[in-house]
Amino acid sequence: MANLKAIKRRPRWYNKIGYWLQHGDRIWKALLFLSSLLIVSLVVWIAWRLWYQSTLSRHQFGWAFISPWVPSSWNPALDKFQAWPSIYGSLITSVIALILAIPFSLGIAIFLAELAPAYARPPLNYMIEMLAAVPSVVYGLWGIYVFLPLIVVPIGEVIAKTAGQIPGLTTFFGGPMPVSGLSRFGAALILTIMITPTITAVSRDVLLAIPQSQREASLALGATQWETIWNVLIPYGLSGILGAVILGFGRAIGETMAVTMVIGNTTGGGYSILKPGYTMASIIANEFAEAVSDLHASALIEIGVVLFVTTLLLNAIARWLVWNVNHRTMGR
Amino acid sequence: MQEGLFAQVNLPKVYRRRRLTNNFMLGLTGIALFLAIVPLIWIIVYVLIKGGHYINLDFFIHLPRPMGTQGGGVLHAIEGSFIMVIIASIFAIPPALLAAFYLVTYPNTLLSDTVRFSTDLLAGVPSIVIGLFGYAVIVVPQKHYSALAGGVVLALIMLPVVIRSAEEMLKLVPSELREGALALGAPEWKTALKVMLPAAAEGVLTGIMLSVARAAGETAPLLFTALGNDNFEIGRFIHYGIASHQSVINIIGQILSQPADALPLTLWKYAQQPYPERVKQAWAVALVLMLFVLTLNITARVWLAKRKSRIRR
Repeated sequence: MANLKAIKRRPRWYNKIGYWLQHGDRIWKALLFLSSLLIVSLVVWIAWRLWYQSTLSRHQFGWAFISPWVPSSWNPALDKFQAWPSIYGSLITSVIALILAIPFSLGIAIFLAELAPAYARPPLNYMIEMLAAVPSVVYGLWGIYVFLPLIVVPIGEVIAKTAGQIPGLTTFFGGPMPVSGLSRFGAALILTIMITPTITAVSRDVLLAIPQSQREASLALGATQWETIWNVLIPYGLSGILGAVILGFGRAIGETMAVTMVIGNTTGGGYSILKPGYTMASIIANEFAEAVSDLHASALIEIGVVLFVTTLLLNAIARWLVWNVNHRTMGR
Repeated sequence: MQEGLFAQVNLPKVYRRRRLTNNFMLGLTGIALFLAIVPLIWIIVYVLIKGGHYINLDFFIHLPRPMGTQGGGVLHAIEGSFIMVIIASIFAIPPALLAAFYLVTYPNTLLSDTVRFSTDLLAGVPSIVIGLFGYAVIVVPQKHYSALAGGVVLALIMLPVVIRSAEEMLKLVPSELREGALALGAPEWKTALKVMLPAAAEGVLTGIMLSVARAAGETAPLLFTALGNDNFEIGRFIHYGIASHQSVINIIGQILSQPADALPLTLWKYAQQPYPERVKQAWAVALVLMLFVLTLNITARVWLAKRKSRIRR
C-alpha cells in the first residue's frame, strides 16, 4: 500500500517515462532505427558536404570546369583550374582496364563456376579474394619497382613503334613512353589486375545463381559445354554480368593509391596513353594536402564531387542489374 | 542402322570443330585463371624476399631516423595504425551491428531497403572521396589534422563491410532461437544481445576482421585527415602525461589530437623518396602490412567457410 502511494506521489511524466522504457524495448527499437537512419543519412551528408565545400570553384568556373572542349589549364599559381585532363585520365585508364579485364574475369568466373572440381574451388576462390585484399599501396610499390620496368615499358615500346606510327592513331598511342614507365598505360594495366577480382567474384555468383535446369536442357540437346556456357548461361546472366562489369568500372574510377604511384602525375600529356597524366582520384591525392589557395582546394573538392557522382551512378546501376538477375532466378 | 551410326561418327568436320572449340575455350578459361594468380604469387613472393631481407627487431621498436641515414624503424606507423583502427572500430562497429539488427528484425520495410542500398553505395564511394569528407567535417572545424579524424574516416570505410556481413550472419541464426526467447518473455533487446548475437558471434567476428583488414590497408582517406607524423609515439605521451599529473582522459585526448601516421601512409611516402634506405624500408613495411592483412583475411574466410558448412549440415 505504501508502495502504491509512493508510485502515485511520483510526478506523471516520471511514470510515463517508466512506462515508455518498460523492458527497454522502445530504447532498443529507437537505437535500431537511429542507426539505420545514420547509415542512410551518411551518403546524403557526404554528398551535401562536398557540394557545399566546392561552392567557390563551382561559381568561379561553372560547367566549363568539366568540359572537354575548353582549353584546359591547371595552374595553382594563377588560380586557373579545369578538370578535363584528369577526367580524361580516369576514363581512359578505366576503359582500357575494363577492356583487358573483361575477358580475363569472365574466363576465371566460368572456370570457377562451371569447370573447377569441387575440391579446387575453395582455394582458388581464396586466391582471387586475396588478389582483392592486397592493399592498394602494395600494388603501387610493386608497380613502380617491378611491374613498370619489366612488363609495361617493353609493351609500351612495342605499342609506340606499331600503333604509334599509324597516322590516325598517333594521338592516342604516340610515344615515346617515359623510361620509368610512369604512364596512363601502366596505371591501366595495374587497374586491370585490381578490378579483375571484383568482376570475377560478382559474375561467378551470377553464373552460380543460374538454375541447373538451364545447363541440363542445353547439354541434353547435344550442345558442348562451351556452347552451353556461351549460348545459354552468358545470355541468361547477361544483365548480372553487365552489372559486374559496371561495378568493376566504378572500382577502377575510384582507385587511388596504386594509380597515383604509377601514373606520373602531370596535367600535360595530351591524349596519348603512353604519356604520364592524372586521374581524378590521383590529382586529389597528390595536391589536396598542399593546396595553395582556397580556390585550389575547392576545385579539388569539385573533382571529388564529379568522382562521387560518377561512382554513385555506376554503383546504383550495377546493383540494380545484379539484383534484377538474382530476383529473376529466385522467382522461378 | 549401322550406316546411320557410322554417319554420325563420320560427321567429323562439324563435330571435330565443335569439340576443338570447346576444348580451346575451356582451356582459355584455365589460362585466364593462371594469369590472374601469377601477379598475386609474384607480389607476395617479391615482397617476402625484399622485405624479409631488411626486416629486423629494430624496425618495430624505433622511430624513423632523419632521411638519408641508416637504420630506424616504423614504430610511429605501427602505433598510429593501431590507434586509428581502434578508433574506427569504436565508431563503426556499434552502429553497424545495430543497423544489421534492424535489417534482420524488419527485413522488408522501406527503410531497410534504403539502408541496404545506402550500404552498397557507401561501399562503392571511392576512399579518397571519404577522405575529402573527413577533411571537410572534422579537420576544417578542428583546424588541425588528427588521429581522431583518421579514425573516423576509417570507420566510414568499415561500416558497410560490417553491416553486410553481420546481416548475412544474423540471418543464418535459426528463427526458432529468436522465437523461443521471445515466447519465454524475453524482451526484444535481450533476445538480440543474449541469444542472436552469441549464436552469430563467430560470423560477425569474421566480418569485423575483414573490415579491420580493409581499414588497416587504406591510405587514400588518411592523406589529409591523419596526414602523417614521424614523431608519433604513444609511450612518450603517456610518460609525459604521468610526469605532469594529467588525467587519463587528458592524455588520451592529447594522443588523439596529434597528426598520426599509419603503415600504408608510411609506405606511400617512403616509396617515393630518393633514398635507397627508405625504399628498402618501404618494402619492409609492405611485408608487415601484407602479412597482417592477408592473415586476417585468410583466417576470417576459412573460419567463415567452416561455420557456413556446419550450419548447412
